[in-house]
Amino acid sequence: MSALVKLVDVSKRYADATALHSTNLSVERGETTILIGPSGCGKSTLLRLIIRLIEPDSGSIEFDGEPITSDTIGELRRRIGYVIQEGGLFPHLTARANVLLMARHIGKSEDETQNRLVELCELTRFSVNLLSRYPVELSGGQRQRVGLMRALMLSPELLLLDEPLGALDPLVRASLQKDLKEIFARLQQTVLFVTHDLAEATYFGDDIVLMKEGRIIQRGSATVLRERPADPFVLEFINAQRGVTLT
Amino acid sequence: MRSPFFIRVVGRDHSLPAVARARRARFRALSVSFVILVATVFPASANPVIIGSKKFTESYVLGEIARRALNDAGVATEHRQGMGGTIILWQALQGGQIDAYPEYTGTIAQEILKNGQQLSFHEIRDALGKFGVGMTEPLGFDNTYALVMRRSEAQRLGIRTISDLRKHPELKVGLTHEFLDRQDGWRPLRERYGLPQQSVIGIDHALGYAALANGSIDLKDAYSTDAKIEENDLVVLEDDLRFFPKYEAVFLFRSSMSPGAISALRRLEGALDEKRMIHLNVEAERTKNYTFAANLYFEGGERSASSVGESFPHKLARWTLRHLELAGFSLLLSVVIGIPLGIIASRGGLIGQGILGFASVVQTIPSLALLALLVPLPFFGISVRTAIAALFLYGLLPIVRNTASGLQDIPRSLRESAVALGLSPFTRLWEIYLPMASRSILSGIKTSAVINIGTATLAALIGAGGLGEPILSGLNLNDHATILEGAVPAALLALLVQWFFDVLDRVLIPKGLRI
Repeated sequence: MSALVKLVDVSKRYADATALHSTNLSVERGETTILIGPSGCGKSTLLRLIIRLIEPDSGSIEFDGEPITSDTIGELRRRIGYVIQEGGLFPHLTARANVLLMARHIGKSEDETQNRLVELCELTRFSVNLLSRYPVELSGGQRQRVGLMRALMLSPELLLLDEPLGALDPLVRASLQKDLKEIFARLQQTVLFVTHDLAEATYFGDDIVLMKEGRIIQRGSATVLRERPADPFVLEFINAQRGVTLT
Repeated sequence: MRSPFFIRVVGRDHSLPAVARARRARFRALSVSFVILVATVFPASANPVIIGSKKFTESYVLGEIARRALNDAGVATEHRQGMGGTIILWQALQGGQIDAYPEYTGTIAQEILKNGQQLSFHEIRDALGKFGVGMTEPLGFDNTYALVMRRSEAQRLGIRTISDLRKHPELKVGLTHEFLDRQDGWRPLRERYGLPQQSVIGIDHALGYAALANGSIDLKDAYSTDAKIEENDLVVLEDDLRFFPKYEAVFLFRSSMSPGAISALRRLEGALDEKRMIHLNVEAERTKNYTFAANLYFEGGERSASSVGESFPHKLARWTLRHLELAGFSLLLSVVIGIPLGIIASRGGLIGQGILGFASVVQTIPSLALLALLVPLPFFGISVRTAIAALFLYGLLPIVRNTASGLQDIPRSLRESAVALGLSPFTRLWEIYLPMASRSILSGIKTSAVINIGTATLAALIGAGGLGEPILSGLNLNDHATILEGAVPAALLALLVQWFFDVLDRVLIPKGLRI
């Protein structure tokens, strides 16, 4: 199976620093690929380049064999779901309106969207009774579930998650991790997941991409990273994290 | 002259009437679309003759006399009372917004023709002819400038003439702003007499009498037919060096005015002596009714049914309605234009800074000066349009700034979520960004509305009516009750508007932002 997303020699510079050096990466269909690394390593930049919130300085990004450009991104965004920390919900809209926003915008029928909404509530374990609430009336975990529903509404081929669980307390986080993993498996969803937590990364899969200072250092399972580190930094990163997660 | 206000207008139009007319025609053609917009506020009428007057009792009374004289001659006539200072009236006359107004020969020579030398009556008339303006013969009284003091003070210090003031440098002087600036005003007067007084302040004409009475000032400028001189037991200091030019009262009128109207106006020539004018002024201030005083001129004191004027509730309703019309219409313009400008300004950059800069600069222009700047423009002149335009400009800043800052305060993550979802730019703005900024935008509109209710009182300065009308005439009559007739309803209106917008907040701000 060919890769769903393919980055070739993509780089991004800001005025004062290079956010991403020339980078190649492919995201396989139906797989969960984890981007991990310390703050400022370029993992979020990579996600934002794919959804075209920022333009690359060089290189090309392909989605399903087609290059992503400013002209094509409008259509492509409907085939990509994007979830950020806290869910990125619009505070003036109810949970329901947040989820249905895009479907209504492109004129999907009411029946179709209602069925899909019920389906998503079941999938994300979100109570239908809470749909009429506003974001401020929901807990952090509930908001994240609504954010996920919104991203999945149009059945996207690719799901981008940018540290979606970063702001949650450990118990809520653990239960959401479990639910997410089940959802990805059930939907056979292609996922690109950004986190800085190695335990979380290991839980979600064995295709882990470790980044540092705008470069990909190593790609492989947690076991490969631990046993055959490509760089002293890999060991350093793993050891630093293990100390925290095991206690 | 004679107005406590003097407004200096830059770029006065000295072009020939024909050229001016052609230019006006062109501007009219250009502004047709806007005229449609404002047509509801300014219904067309059968072009009555418009008499203007300045903001002081004698001018009001003369304006009323002219209105009555023309109406009696079968000419439909309206009187726009208290339109401000000399330059505003002169511009309005040249622009055709008014057809005639009472003026004084000294003012014409000094302020309108800007001629330092003493011009003869015929020289003045010839010079005015070049502007397409005619002048009646003198009405019969001379209302020259004068310096006045409390009688008791003058007797105690032994002051009888202006020259006597040289020996009393400690006297505090309070002058109208117009007199301070006039070419025949304070500065040349001080030079001619060698006056030593250091304490000189500018003060409104009517307020100056109160200041004189309570001793805040010792000396002020006045007019020789001023009713207040008698009322307040003041003395006029003799102009022993004959500094002040003659100020014979006349009517100026547009030469193109109908012959019937001109001849009706000319019937007033030589028919009003100084004593009679003082009496009319005293009556006007006593009764607070200019129409009544003007009718005394025709009827020898008999009060006709029509001269009593309208009842207070009726007047209040008329002022309030006009006030709401002025504030409401200008607010609507501010909203319709301010929100898009705020959206553009929220994007920052040079254009954004330019918009915010412009709106801020407008706010710093004193309202009187802004009115004076707008009056000479072809489309505006002395009209409700000008008042609405000025109010619109003042209302702009709060709306533009709050729209811009409300939009800029939306977190980047939410903006990006809207983009990443694939919403079109218009949908993002209309369904996401503007609702999220609605609280800020509405509070800007609320600020504008309350400011407009307050500022709209200034519309009365250019005869546009509203609750400023009683405030101005009360100020002029030094009558607190009349001031309150306008000030209290205006304050209540501001509270009402505040309450109305608080209710509107609940309707317009999305529930999710209010929890």
